[in-house]
Amino acid sequence: MSDPVYVTDALIAEDIDAYLATHQHKDMLRFITCGSVDDGKSTLIGRLLYDSKMIFEDQLAALETDSKKVGTQGQEIDFALLVDGLAAEREQGITIDVAYRFFNTEKRKFIVADCPGHEQYTRNMVTGASTADLAVILIDARKGVLVQTRRHSYLCHLIGIRHLVLAVNKMDLVDYDQATFDAIVADYAAFAQSIGIESFTALPISGFKGDNITALSANTPWFTGPTLVEHLETVEVDTAADQALPLRLPVQWVNRPNLDFRGFSGLIASGTVRPGDAVRVLPSGKTSTVERIVTLDGDLEMAVAGQSVTLTLADEIDCSRGDVIAAADAPPQAADQFEATVVWMDDDPLHVGRGYWLKLGAQTVSVTLQQPKYTVNVNTLDRLAAKTLDLNAIGVTELATDRPLVFEPYAQNRSLGGFILIDKLTNRTVAAGMLNFSLRRAQNVHWQALDISREAHASLKHQQPAVLWFTGLSGSGKSTIANLVEKKLHALGKHTFLLDGDNVRHGLNKDLGFTEADRIENIRRVGEVAKLMADAGLIVLTAFISPFTAERDMVRAMLPEGEFIEVFVDTPLEVAESRDVKGLYKKARSGELKNFTGIDSPYEPPLDPELRVDTTSESPEDAAERIVAHLLARGAA
Amino acid sequence: MTARLTHLQRLEAEAIHIMREVVAEAERPVMLYSVGKDSAVMLHLARKAFYPSPPPFPLLHVDTTWKFQAMYELRDRMAAESGMELLVYQNPEATEQGINPFDHGPLHTDMWKTEGLKQALDKWGFDAAFGGARRDEEKSRAKERIFSFRTASHGWDPKNQRPELWNLYNAKKHKGESIRVFPISNWTELDIWQYIQVNDVPIVPLYFAAPRPTYEWDGQLFMADDIPRLEKVLGKRPEIVERSVRFRTLGCFPLTGAVESTASTLSEVIQETLLTTTSERQGRVIDKDAGGAGMEVKKQQGYF
Repeated sequence: MSDPVYVTDALIAEDIDAYLATHQHKDMLRFITCGSVDDGKSTLIGRLLYDSKMIFEDQLAALETDSKKVGTQGQEIDFALLVDGLAAEREQGITIDVAYRFFNTEKRKFIVADCPGHEQYTRNMVTGASTADLAVILIDARKGVLVQTRRHSYLCHLIGIRHLVLAVNKMDLVDYDQATFDAIVADYAAFAQSIGIESFTALPISGFKGDNITALSANTPWFTGPTLVEHLETVEVDTAADQALPLRLPVQWVNRPNLDFRGFSGLIASGTVRPGDAVRVLPSGKTSTVERIVTLDGDLEMAVAGQSVTLTLADEIDCSRGDVIAAADAPPQAADQFEATVVWMDDDPLHVGRGYWLKLGAQTVSVTLQQPKYTVNVNTLDRLAAKTLDLNAIGVTELATDRPLVFEPYAQNRSLGGFILIDKLTNRTVAAGMLNFSLRRAQNVHWQALDISREAHASLKHQQPAVLWFTGLSGSGKSTIANLVEKKLHALGKHTFLLDGDNVRHGLNKDLGFTEADRIENIRRVGEVAKLMADAGLIVLTAFISPFTAERDMVRAMLPEGEFIEVFVDTPLEVAESRDVKGLYKKARSGELKNFTGIDSPYEPPLDPELRVDTTSESPEDAAERIVAHLLARGAA
Repeated sequence: MTARLTHLQRLEAEAIHIMREVVAEAERPVMLYSVGKDSAVMLHLARKAFYPSPPPFPLLHVDTTWKFQAMYELRDRMAAESGMELLVYQNPEATEQGINPFDHGPLHTDMWKTEGLKQALDKWGFDAAFGGARRDEEKSRAKERIFSFRTASHGWDPKNQRPELWNLYNAKKHKGESIRVFPISNWTELDIWQYIQVNDVPIVPLYFAAPRPTYEWDGQLFMADDIPRLEKVLGKRPEIVERSVRFRTLGCFPLTGAVESTASTLSEVIQETLLTTTSERQGRVIDKDAGGAGMEVKKQQGYF
């Protein structure tokens, strides 16, 4: 068998135009490599780069020097050093992140995501796998199928990678023994079948020695191929399958250079499109036909999944970022409640009930997650009960969005079913998820349009609704001041209502305790009630500790701009504790009362409240006067 | 019927998708334009992404005043052709102190480029900047995200970058923070050349071999692009010899080594590039200091 690398080299020198013509028609395969710490991933990738001449002479010289200095292969070249990137990891000898590498053969360009095998890095593997068409799972021939092998296979399967390669590496260290190879393959096959992996390709290789990488090795006469590179070159990429699905074009950007042109730009997620095709815009459901597929190089006759395009439609219909242009006869659904599989990727665990941003395609919505139905132990694949999701946890949970999402189950369409979650405060990407299905109740609960609007309610009361949200430590004076404010407003003829923390916990929220999750739910419910009352035209006052910024901001986001007025009753802990009106601090200090804000549960002070009351320097009466003045001045009352 | 997409089509679609996401989500994007071949491809992709609109952001050239004349010419031409606003920034402190590559060594890059870039981004308040860096250029770049977050002081923390899944990019950020976005992260040098060929992307003629005035300095060959200015800084007229040379990368003319070559067509240049046995950035002095981790250190300091 010929070595493809040298054929390529000769062609460059002899007939560069023929070479370029070949390479212009290459396609692309993205794959990931995963294995345990010492399975030889970096060495294998280094070898692939080396064999496809992606290493230049000066890099090779540096590699030889480095190999002698820090290499682990004695005087031989340590290919892993080519691949291990950041300075810190180089010293530790571990790959700690996802790194992307590139190499070419005549047939394909390859993008390799190098994924770490280290215990805590589920997050990185899922990240690398999300863009991969194929996964190479490395096994050390001396060790066979390990816990890590199962974990990596499960994650690849979870992310929906259809092509798995089982690379039994370090065959040189087991004397290229066929029986060892066969036993490992049989062992893996049994496991793969048990988790629903339909097929895989097993290869005996040595990344270090180069056996069965680009050429069949004389050391394994019992193996008839293909080699790893041959397999990578010929395995079918997923584009054909994607093109066979109905059209889905998530609209990223509306292109309006002038009044005569309105184009809808996006990356085609599935299907094909031609001028004249009937399309439906979701979620509105309006239909039209495709007029043109516009590009800088002239209009196209057809575009397919995987291309970034700009379409114009025959009719002037509403369509903006986040909408999906779909085949008219097979549109996707829209829903606002789902079951999803979520991979948690942040040090800060999931806060059940807290609002996060969910981004799916070009849609960004607010979402809350419920307590997980179960989490999956990625080592044993057992299902476990859990109250939350910690870093690297994988769980199945229900979630609700604040407006309908156009979606498809992830198993049908990765682009319309895969999402990320973003923390609203830190802006970090905290999780990745896959929508499994929408919940039936979401399909049957609809908004009822009301004839008497919130404006009508308010104008009858001659006032503008508002929510005065008092927050502060227990004993800071929230209730006292809120009561005074309400009395003054009442005297002015305003329609008000005071929601007090203690009172609400006797009724509406009597099922809730004081864990973090319950506190979040407590505030969510109060927020919803306050919103309904504001819709009814009332000026609502709430007096709750409400210790977390995220929940206060969640309530703020529920209300129209300017109607949420955050009043920070700023009393230092020692002052509140010295007052200890209800004797609660004493109980908390003695350990009798758990999760008490300020003692063993945090209070996040507002950074930019509308009003701040310093109770050490301002009397409740003065504070109430100032709050009423603020309300009147802004025309809210 | 199934249409097979080539690797260049897939890379193009990805880059266009990234650019549109940034335009949709950032408040004030800008494209860093260095006039090199990677910038040329990035600009071409931007024109494709937003056609028939011109790309809805300006081009920013962080200038060192020491670029090749041919680069300034192409820069002005491309800005005009694309209908984009061209912003040129020269660090006033570097101008004042007369910072140049001969007398000031690494300080030249630091003052004009690293500091200049930070100042320019602050001056116009850009919150997202497209750059033409590729992951295959250098080892530490292989782990760089496509959306790379910078603190308000332009710092880069390699351990604290957001995971990027599928083609979903999280562009949320706090006031003062900014994003560097690399739409051609997944392109290799060969991809860039092929794309230039297939799409007729205009590039600076210096990439092609031609007879040019050259001088030797520190064992390397350079082009005497501005002889009077060279004389002024060096205190003497260097010995100038006409040679057939071309450039594999373009930067400041006194820092960019020329290679002797007769490759005068794009095919020949690609041929030479592929057969060549030294890596692309070797002609540039910038990566050599600070040992193996050179680029990583520079990035933490805010160099692109």
